[in-house]
Amino acid sequence: MDTQQSSIPLLKLRGISKSFPGVRALSNIDFDLESGEIHALLGENGAGKSTLMKILSGIFPSDAGEIYVAGKLVILDGYEAAMQVGIGTVYQEFSLVPFLTAAENIFLGRELRTPFGILRRREMRELSAKLFERLNVHVDLEAELRHLSVAQQQFVEIAKALSINARILILDEPTSTLTPTEAQHLFAVMRDLKRTGVGIIFISHHLEEIFQICDRITVLRDGENVATVPMKSTHINALVEMMVGRQIEQSFPAKPMRSGLGEVVLEVDRLQINRHDPEDSFVVRAGEILGFAGLVGSGRTEELMAVLGVTPAHHKVIKLDGKVIRLNDPADALAHGIGILPESRKAEGLITSFSILINISLNRLSSLLHWGMFVDRGRERREASAAAARVGVKTSSIDLPVDSLSGGNQQKVVLARWLSHHIRVMLFDEPTRGIDVGAKAEIYRLIREVSASGCAVLVVSSELPEIVGLCDRVVVFRQGHIVATLEGDAITPEIVMLHAVGGERTHV
Amino acid sequence: MMRRFAWFRRQSTFYPLVGLIVVGIVMAATSSTFVSLANFSNVLVQVSINALIAVGMTFVILTGGIDLSVGAVMALSGTIAAMLMVSGVNATLSLFVCVAAGFAIGMINGMCVAYGRMPAIIVTLATMGVARGLALMITGGYPVDGLPEWVRGVGNGHVIGIQTPIIVMAVVYVIAWVLLELTPFGRHLYAIGGNEVATRLSGIRVARYKMLAYVVSGVTTGIAAVVLTGRLMSGQPNVGEGSELDAIAAVVLGGTSIAGGRGSVIGTLLGALLLGVLNNGLNMVGVSPYAQIVIKGMIILLAIYIGRERRR
Repeated sequence: MDTQQSSIPLLKLRGISKSFPGVRALSNIDFDLESGEIHALLGENGAGKSTLMKILSGIFPSDAGEIYVAGKLVILDGYEAAMQVGIGTVYQEFSLVPFLTAAENIFLGRELRTPFGILRRREMRELSAKLFERLNVHVDLEAELRHLSVAQQQFVEIAKALSINARILILDEPTSTLTPTEAQHLFAVMRDLKRTGVGIIFISHHLEEIFQICDRITVLRDGENVATVPMKSTHINALVEMMVGRQIEQSFPAKPMRSGLGEVVLEVDRLQINRHDPEDSFVVRAGEILGFAGLVGSGRTEELMAVLGVTPAHHKVIKLDGKVIRLNDPADALAHGIGILPESRKAEGLITSFSILINISLNRLSSLLHWGMFVDRGRERREASAAAARVGVKTSSIDLPVDSLSGGNQQKVVLARWLSHHIRVMLFDEPTRGIDVGAKAEIYRLIREVSASGCAVLVVSSELPEIVGLCDRVVVFRQGHIVATLEGDAITPEIVMLHAVGGERTHV
Repeated sequence: MMRRFAWFRRQSTFYPLVGLIVVGIVMAATSSTFVSLANFSNVLVQVSINALIAVGMTFVILTGGIDLSVGAVMALSGTIAAMLMVSGVNATLSLFVCVAAGFAIGMINGMCVAYGRMPAIIVTLATMGVARGLALMITGGYPVDGLPEWVRGVGNGHVIGIQTPIIVMAVVYVIAWVLLELTPFGRHLYAIGGNEVATRLSGIRVARYKMLAYVVSGVTTGIAAVVLTGRLMSGQPNVGEGSELDAIAAVVLGGTSIAGGRGSVIGTLLGALLLGVLNNGLNMVGVSPYAQIVIKGMIILLAIYIGRERRR
């Protein structure tokens, strides 16, 4: 029996590949999960973890490759198919209904009914209680889900997965929202499940956690399986190296020689979003590019939005050129010459159905008036054309809708809008997300140009090469706050990643 | 030629215009009296009240909002003006107060929606109740009669041979068109409806402009109340029940997207005319008023269906 188990893994992936338009998300992935094993999946943002997980939970099919569960070839053409073969997934964002109880959530869509179609509530509640007993956790079965703690909600998710007799459990960053104590409880539950023969795929960015609980670790990078190693025979630096070990692309403009530091333009002093948060401070100087590094969800965008006054902050002092200014609305920021290229160009940057022209002149109309009232359309057109040409928007006409442009050109339109103003500070939030390599190089060149013109530039990026190749100084975020500031030669992928994942704590 | 036609088809006023022409032809074919100057003039006067309310409604809907309070606001503004006149206040001043009352309630709506971040549909439903209740309270539920005779001129008079409601409507539409098409204010309203977050992040004071849209709606409703007071020669607390639906229908029939960001006041005028011609024609043919409501409802559904297809 034992020998058979080790020769036939619980889950076996062979040659899994997946492409999206313009991106190769996964190429030729092999992956094994044994029964009773906790197997970590590790990698940078965009390394392909989520894609792999979505293929396993049947959300979309792979382009090529085979999946075997307990030695049998399976086709996962939907969420139900994945459930049927015993693959249960706990998503990063919970897929639970906040106004239903735990039991109602567990049986959602698969409710037990009497022959007359009436719900068998008591039976469902008893079965739920048994599941929680098996997990050895206490969850109030009467309470609506929104009244439970985040950790308890997570256990409800796990119970839901187990209720379909999952033998393979995928946990996608389950600890990102848990306190350390709650995380320990989750690990205890995971060990219990492991003993009953469940195989667990554990996705996490926190290396210390991975070392605490996992048996084997698979590192993905750029959609490829870099290595699968037993936990006992590796160490944290080796893993970081595997995660980031890519050549920095040569698409970055040369960093200027630093002849002394520029003047401090923007100073954010003791920013506190919520009352008891630690205080974060940083400065951006003229002619420098400051990087905000960190993992997705590490709080970088939140701090930018609080600085601009888009969202409220409990406490903040912002100085521009040494003078305290009040920013309660992005309009105040515009008045002080602070521009933002938001994280999502479709949702926050552009009015996609409107023309390129209108998108560029959007926040400039009040200075394009004649007779003090009417938009001077001739001047508007000339200025917008000039701005579009300056950033190199490739289009046959600026009257075309902005969604006719490629992603890179759309970003240039957002930038053109700000460059028509006298801008002192330009904030870029994930400026190259979802655009192709050639366009990225152009955006990098534009960012460097903006910086060279004496503007203070801040770039939020989750892509290490970008942080390393573009930024003169780097602030690293972890779990909502600044944990390190790096300069010069200290900006290496390994050091940035180490701070971002909190690896250095395991050395202490 | 084909390209020019394709351009024309993409305009939000294309379908309302086609609809108006089709309905017009059908009416002209079935009724001998439909095509006459007197009847056209009659239709224009008939639609003027709804067209005035609908033009302000267009501003609100362009931002992605809605104003349900208009019918009740018209009743309140009208009764306030009538009571002022009856108590001896100068008639011109009273009519000015009539518009000012619309302005004030529009301001309250706008403050709640834009700065209070409350949902427009609930805010204006509530102010609809408040305005209607106030109109009934101050009048005791009875019409206020005995207005100065010259007020009749506002609703039924002629200026250079054209009936005053038509002139008022024309002036308001020209101003509205200029505001929306030629000024930053109008452009920002479209932008807010197109993508509110992006507009705000680009440094536009979104809340201020959203509030102003409701103010415009209140003002045009106040102007509609002036015309109505002149036509009825009394202030009636029960008028305007269901006006909000007619106004929204005119806006939607006129090709303005209910989600905001797309549309025009010309479309709204066409929409109001379409409803008016339909009304007029069905009356002439002798369709029962009850059946007319059913037909109107179905036409609105059709308009929304066509609008949905076009958005792809």
